[in-house]
This record gives sequence, C-alpha cells and structure tokens, in this order.
Amino acid sequence: MTRTIIGFVLVGLALLALAFMPTQLGAYGVGLLLGMTGYVTLASAWALFSGPTRYISLATVAFFGIGAYTVAVLSEAMPYPLVLVTAGLIGLGVALVVGLATLRLAGVYFVIFSFGLAELVRQLVTWYEVNVTGTLGRYIFLPISATEIYWQLLGLAAITLLIGWWISRSRIGLALKVIGDDETVAAHTGIDISRVKLALFAISATIITLVGAIQAPRWTYIEPAIVFNPTVSFLTVIMALLGGANRLWGPMLGAIPLFLLFEWLSANFPNHYSIILGLMFIAIVFIVPRGVVALAEDLFKRARRKEAAQ
Amino acid sequence: MLLTALISGLVLGGTYALVAMGLTLQYGISRIMNLAYGEITIFAAFSAFILFSTFGINPLLGMAIVLPGAFVFGYLIYGVMMQPLVSRSSRTGSLEVDSILATFGLLFVIQGVMLITFGSNYTSYNYLNFGVNVLGANIAANRLLAFALAIVIGGVLFLVLTRTRWGTTIRAIAVAPASAPLVGINVNRTARFAFALGTMLAASGGVMVSMYQTFNASMGVVFTMKALVIVIMGGLGNLMGALVAGLLLGLVETFVATYVDPGLTLASTYLIFLVVLLWKPAGLFGKAAGR
Amino acid sequence: MTLISRRNALRVLGTAVTLLAGVSAAAVSAQDRSSVKIGYAVSITGGNAGGAGITTIPNYRLWVHEVNEAGGLELPDGSRLPIEVVEYDDRSSAEEVVRAVERLVTQDEVDFVLSPWGTGFNLAVAPLLDRFGYPLIASAAVTDRAAEFAERWPGSFWLLGGGADYAGALAGVLGEAHAAGDINADVAIISVADGFGIDLVNAARETFAEAGLNIVMDRTYPPGTTDFSPMINEAQASGADSFVAFSYPPDTFALTQQAQVAAFNPDVFYLGVGTPFPTYIGANGDNAEGVLSLGGIDTSNAALMDYRQRHEEFIGQAPDFWASQMTYAGLEMLEEAIRRVGLDREAVANELSTGTFTTILGETTLEDNQLRDLWWTGQWQDGVFVALEPSDRDGASEIRLPKQPWQGQ
Repeated sequence: MTRTIIGFVLVGLALLALAFMPTQLGAYGVGLLLGMTGYVTLASAWALFSGPTRYISLATVAFFGIGAYTVAVLSEAMPYPLVLVTAGLIGLGVALVVGLATLRLAGVYFVIFSFGLAELVRQLVTWYEVNVTGTLGRYIFLPISATEIYWQLLGLAAITLLIGWWISRSRIGLALKVIGDDETVAAHTGIDISRVKLALFAISATIITLVGAIQAPRWTYIEPAIVFNPTVSFLTVIMALLGGANRLWGPMLGAIPLFLLFEWLSANFPNHYSIILGLMFIAIVFIVPRGVVALAEDLFKRARRKEAAQ
Repeated sequence: MLLTALISGLVLGGTYALVAMGLTLQYGISRIMNLAYGEITIFAAFSAFILFSTFGINPLLGMAIVLPGAFVFGYLIYGVMMQPLVSRSSRTGSLEVDSILATFGLLFVIQGVMLITFGSNYTSYNYLNFGVNVLGANIAANRLLAFALAIVIGGVLFLVLTRTRWGTTIRAIAVAPASAPLVGINVNRTARFAFALGTMLAASGGVMVSMYQTFNASMGVVFTMKALVIVIMGGLGNLMGALVAGLLLGLVETFVATYVDPGLTLASTYLIFLVVLLWKPAGLFGKAAGR
Repeated sequence: MTLISRRNALRVLGTAVTLLAGVSAAAVSAQDRSSVKIGYAVSITGGNAGGAGITTIPNYRLWVHEVNEAGGLELPDGSRLPIEVVEYDDRSSAEEVVRAVERLVTQDEVDFVLSPWGTGFNLAVAPLLDRFGYPLIASAAVTDRAAEFAERWPGSFWLLGGGADYAGALAGVLGEAHAAGDINADVAIISVADGFGIDLVNAARETFAEAGLNIVMDRTYPPGTTDFSPMINEAQASGADSFVAFSYPPDTFALTQQAQVAAFNPDVFYLGVGTPFPTYIGANGDNAEGVLSLGGIDTSNAALMDYRQRHEEFIGQAPDFWASQMTYAGLEMLEEAIRRVGLDREAVANELSTGTFTTILGETTLEDNQLRDLWWTGQWQDGVFVALEPSDRDGASEIRLPKQPWQGQ
C-alpha cells in the first residue's frame, strides 16, 4: 500500500515538473514536448485495448482525425470545452458502433479491417465535404497556444495512465489477462469477453479522439489528407510494441525514445532518414523483441539472480 | 454501357488480383506479414522504367531480368531477416508482430534507397497504351495484358498447388505448419521458396503496373494496402480467394464510378471489404476459425 | 514488481528531461555573422514528395548554389555573406512541418525561413512565422483567400494565385473559343476531391456559366483513383467539345494515357497539376501537343529561358512550367530585398511588400502581398508549355484549337 502511495507521489511530482517545463523551454522545446506527449497518449491509449487483447488496431488515425475534424467544424459555433466534449462523445459513439460490429474478427483480419475503417472514414468525410458543404479544407483560428495544448495533452496522458493502472488492478484486468492468453478459457470462466473488449475499445478510442481534437488548433488548416494520415496509426503501433504493449509504462517508454529518434534523424539526416530509420527498426526487432520494458525487467531479474547467487 | 462497365471492371480487378497473389502466398505459406510488399512492386516498376527508357528493353522482356532478380532478393531477405524470426517464434509465438515490425523497417529501407536512386518524382511511360476492342468495350492493351497475366499466374499456381506433390507440400504447411515436419516436409525450405515466389509475383505486378500507372518512390504503401485488403477479403493464403476478391473489387469500383458517383469508388472498396468481413470473418474462401 | 518498472520508468523519464533541457541550453547564441542562415522544411519523403521534389527543393538548392558561387548574399554595405542552409524533412506531415519550423526559428536561429510545399502546409506555418516575425514567401500555395491571409499575417506573401483566378482564366479561354465558333458550349469537368480541385471546380461552376458555357458533366473523384475509364466514357458520351480535369499529378498522367486508349479526342483537353512537368512531355512526347493546363512560360523572356537552362544544368532536369519560376522569383526577391535593407526581417518584409524587383519573371511587384502578374492558362505547343492567358499581356501565345487527335504509339 505504501508502495502505491509513494508511486503516486512520485508520478505526481514528475507531472508537476513536466507541466512546469514549458516555462523553461523555447517554442521548439514546447513543440517537442507537445508532439512527444501526443504520441505517449496515443500509444498508451492504443495499448489500453490492444495490449491485453492482442488486437493490433490500425484505426488510430480514424479516431484521431474525427477528433480534429470535429474541432474544425465546431470551433466557431461552440465554446472550446464543449467542442472537446462533443468530439469525445462522437468518438465514443463511433467506437461503440464499430466495436459491436467488428470485435469478433481475430488476428490479421482485425488489423486490416481496422485499417479499412480508417480509410473508409476518410473517404466518407471527403465525400461529405465535397458534396454537401462544397469545400475541402477548413480553418481553425482558435487562440490556443502550444503550451496550452501541451498541458491538455499532459493531463490526458495522466488520465490514460491512471485508467490503465486502475484496469490492471481491477477484476477486469484479471479477466483481460485471460483473454490475451486464451479466449476460450476466458469464456469458460464466466467473463463476458465481448463486453469487456467493447468497453476497452470504446475507452481507448475516446482518448485517441481527444488527442486529435486537442492537437488540431496547432495546424490552422485541416483537410482529410492531413488529419487522416495513416502514418499516425503505424507510428502508434510501433511505439507501443517497442515499449511493450502489456506494461503500463511500456507504450510511453517506446514513444519517447522513438519520437526523439525520429526528430534527431530528420534534423540530421533529412536525405537518409528512411534508410537509417528502417535499419533501426529491424535492429529493434532483433535486439528488443518483447519491448523495452520486458528487456529491462529481464536485465533486472538477471542482476538480482546474480546478487542472490553471490 | 453495362457490358463496358462489366468488362473494364473485370480487367481492373485482374490487375488488382495480380498484385495481391504474391502477398497471399507470403502470408499464407511463409506466415510473414510483409508490409514492404508494395515497395518491391514499386522497385520493379522503376526497374522496368529504367530498362525501357535507358536501355530500350521493352517491359515484357524486362521481366526476364526483373523477375529472377526479385526472386533472388526475396530468397535472401527470407534467409537473412525472416528465418531468425521464424525460428525464434517457435518459442514465443510472436511471428506476426515480429514480421510486421521487421518488414515495416524493410519498407523504410527500400523506400529510402529508391528515393536516393530514383528521386521523388512521379514517373510514367507509355507502353502498349492503345485501345483493344473486347466485346464492344474499349480496353487498354497493357491492362488487358495484366489481366491475362493474373489469370495465367492464378491458374498455373492453382493447378500446381492442387495437382502436384510440391503443391500438396505447400498446402500442408499452410494448414498445419507444426505437423508438416512429421511427414517429412522441410518447412523452412518450402516457406523460403514460397516467400521468394511471392516477391517475384510482387515484382511482376510492379512491371505491369508501371505500364499504365504513374508511380513514385513513396507510393508502395498504397499497393501494400490494396493487396492486403484483397488478400484478407479472399481468405488468407487462398489464391483463388485473392483472384475472386480482386475481380470483385474491380467490378465494385467500376460500377460505382459508372452508376453512382466516382467520388465514392474508394469508399465503396472499403465498404465492401468491411461487409465481406462482417459476413464472413475469415474472408470469402477462408476457414471459419478466423486464423 | 509494478514498482520496479515504475521506478525504472521514472529514471528513464528523468534522463529524458535532463537531455531535453540540455538540448535547449545548447542552442547557439553566437552571432559573429560569418554567414546568413536560411532554413526550410519540405516534404523530402511521404505523399507530398512528388510535388515538392519538382517545384520546391530543386529551386532552393539551385538558388543557394548560385548565390554562394557569387560569393554570398549581398548586404546594403556591399559586403557578401555566404548562405548556410538548414534543411529538414517534414515527412509530409502537418505536425512535423510545424515543429520543424519552430526548430528552425528557436533552435537553429535561422535568419530566414523558406516556405514549405503545399497549400495546407503553408497555412500551417503561417501563424507561427507571423508570431516569430519571419516573412513567409508562399510560392507553392494556391488559395483564394490570399488577401485575407495577407491581412491576418502581414509578413506573408502569396505568389501562386487562387483557384478562382485559374478557373476564371480558363472560362475566358473557352468562352472566346466558343464565341469564335471553334467549340460548342458544353464542358465536361472532373475534379480531384482535394483542397485544390474543389477550389477550382467551385470557381469554375460560377465563371463558366458567366462565360456562356454549359457544364454537362461535373464529377469529383477521390485522390488515389487510378482507373478513369468510367469518367472518360461518360465525358465521351456527353458530347462536350471541352474536357476539363482539375487533377493531381498521378491522375494527370493516367488521364492522358486512358484518353488515348479510349480514343477520346475532345477539341479542348485541359488537365491540372502535373501537365507542366518535364516528365509529362517525357512520357507523352508528341501527344502532349495542344494539351492545356495551369501556368505556362513566356519564351521571349530571355532571363527566364536562361534560368531554365541553369536549372537543367545544375539539377539534371528541367523545371516545371508553372510554380518553379514563381518559387525561384520569390527567392530572387528575397535576395534583392536583403541587398537593399539588410537582414532585418521586418524591413525585408516591408521591402517585399512595397518594392519593385527584377526577377526572371520580369519587373515584379506584389499587390497586397500577392503576386498577380501570373500566367493562368498555358498550352503545350511544339514541345514547350507556353502561356496563353491573360492574352493581353506581353509574351502571351495564341491558342491552337482543336487539339490534334492522339497519335498511335
């Protein structure tokens, strides 16, 4: 119990320090923190659902884009907090409908299905804009600074991690471990698998929608090609898997180094970025196959065993 | 009008199927989810373009150079990159995730090499670009050729898989990779061969595509995704499934463009894909278990 | 066990924070002025690389090369400082381009930032550069709201016009040809469902009607479409003498090929972005003859022809016939403004806004921060994409109608 309290205090202090950082950094530092926090939240939210169920979802950008578009459409009609709530609700609604329809798919079928979903949403938004509103591309002129966006994302990241922590300790968390290991067994233990999966998918998708909504004011101009960029989905998956999608801190520990790596590569090797990035990916698969956190745990265990042996 | 739409839809679908069949071999038999598939296609398209524009070798002859090259490349990649993952996964069972990550890396490497070698420009050339009258419908000769090639490759592979001993071996691996060695099948060698064959099919798709489509170094992922959609829709590892799903997508696109609204062609592609999966979660020709 | 991973996590976090703080502290502050730092973030990879790779990047590189060959940028006192380039890849992502520009301004402390490629990306960085007090010479952004933007961000300059300009000019061309009895009043239009295509088609719907033209087919297709035969069939069946496609490069190429297959030979064949690319004539040869599109060049302009020559020699490929020249002219204006007023960004912005410059386009001045002396419509004639409209401007060529039928291969 005391351990938990200490943990919470430490995390709280870290959050405070992070919230304070923009005052110490220039615009670029804030932008970096903002982007990093955005991906930490995306990867963590993604792992809420995909970690325990082992469903690899490529629908991240569908919800991210829905969030951004909601802000673009409503930013002049409503006060900002209400826009965010609406975006979250829309994300939740879409997630529930999609979840009900799709969660019986398994394995790679779900992977490609979720990708198809993202593309479908993008195509439909495009078609709607072209044929109904007669424009494509919307402007967001909201007076929200990068620091404010960063704070919102930081809060959302904290909430996401809190939810993840709470789930892992609750009965649902136990149930989820069983689903990941063996769905048939899980079904026999009296767990309502589909309801748990649906709930997780909905929570994860809502958070992702909010990330899109919060980040949108940064771009001024939005069109489907910009906010439904499939790279977002791919990066989220890679970051979470690199860190370890089954651990609370895993996605974060995947997102931060990868994000900094991308930044460093594109700054220093703009022309060889792809090649170096690709080689690093391959190296990661061979060197840290189960994620950074699992590797760290292994090393730690080994060190302990050595200590015990001595 | 109806007949024209039907025929051009089938031909379009044939070109889709051609690109997708290699992927279904790679996933169905080698169990590698190859995200770098489209990059191979684009690389082959660039090769065909270079051979044609610089050396004056027509793309059909060019295939004689590109295809063996692709086969060797696939063979090497499987040996160097995939084999360690496969042998590792017998313990951890994580081949799917590992292969996604590793080929995602490969995607970037190939794309980066192409950006440096060929630049980022759109590339296009004309070969066999004239109309052929098929039952009153005017079809581009290069697309017709791609369609024919898809049917021939699909047919030959289907016969090989169902009628020969080697085909039986391959199917045994696809169905039960764990028990195949018990009956004396060298899973590793066959998987490697299938992967190389799949790479070769990707390249043949690329050469055909280069004749009628504009491409650039960043477009690989478009082909990968289209191929994945078709493969999943048809049922993993099922060649006939890929062919049928490809044709179906071609028909849907053409009919929607002709009778509904060209703005909805891509939306309808994904819609039909989603509907098929909801109706048959393992694809049109897949086994019911889902995997 | 959870605590262990948490503690590890915190340790890593701590390291990351320290690292970040270190990065920001290490920012260069020395201004000994041995060079002028010029930075840009463009799409070297990703979906926009095809456009940026022909219009933007080669011109930036050519200009830097030429300026440095000459000893550097000239300052008001006659001294010269070489250009030091900071180049980033935005990977065709809006978030990346914003952050890259922030990095250019606050970390690299560049003296000037050159514009990214694409309308959306220019709009994404415009508020940022305005806040930091940097001028933005948007040379690859087509927008009808340029006047409004110039007012909102006084240091922003828009060199490529808006959709309504291009559509209006085309309406003029077609209306005149119709009045002369060369073509019937019917027009078939298709457009790509993207900011650019929609802007143009919206404007076309109005201006074509005013010019006495009748739109008999009006279709929009999603970006990424590869098979245009249904649309070409429909256009062919519509009986329109004019076919207009507000298209993007891959579509432009595909439409040309598929129109040949279908033996679709309208008198007027107008395509969008990609038509004025050197690769277009490379792929289509004589069949490019008579195809209309946006942009165009005045072949009697010696400075421009000389620029095209230099571009081809240095880059290894010719520039396109539309936005390349504006991109390069924008750089020349920046160079000249620095020569007149020095490196003070506000003064440079002011000079750009009010001064008159001699560029490869001729005498160039901006009206309300916009370049309005543009060629709106051009046509491939004898292997050169010549300018047609505005027809009363010096250097305009005569339109050739009808377009010759496609030649067999």
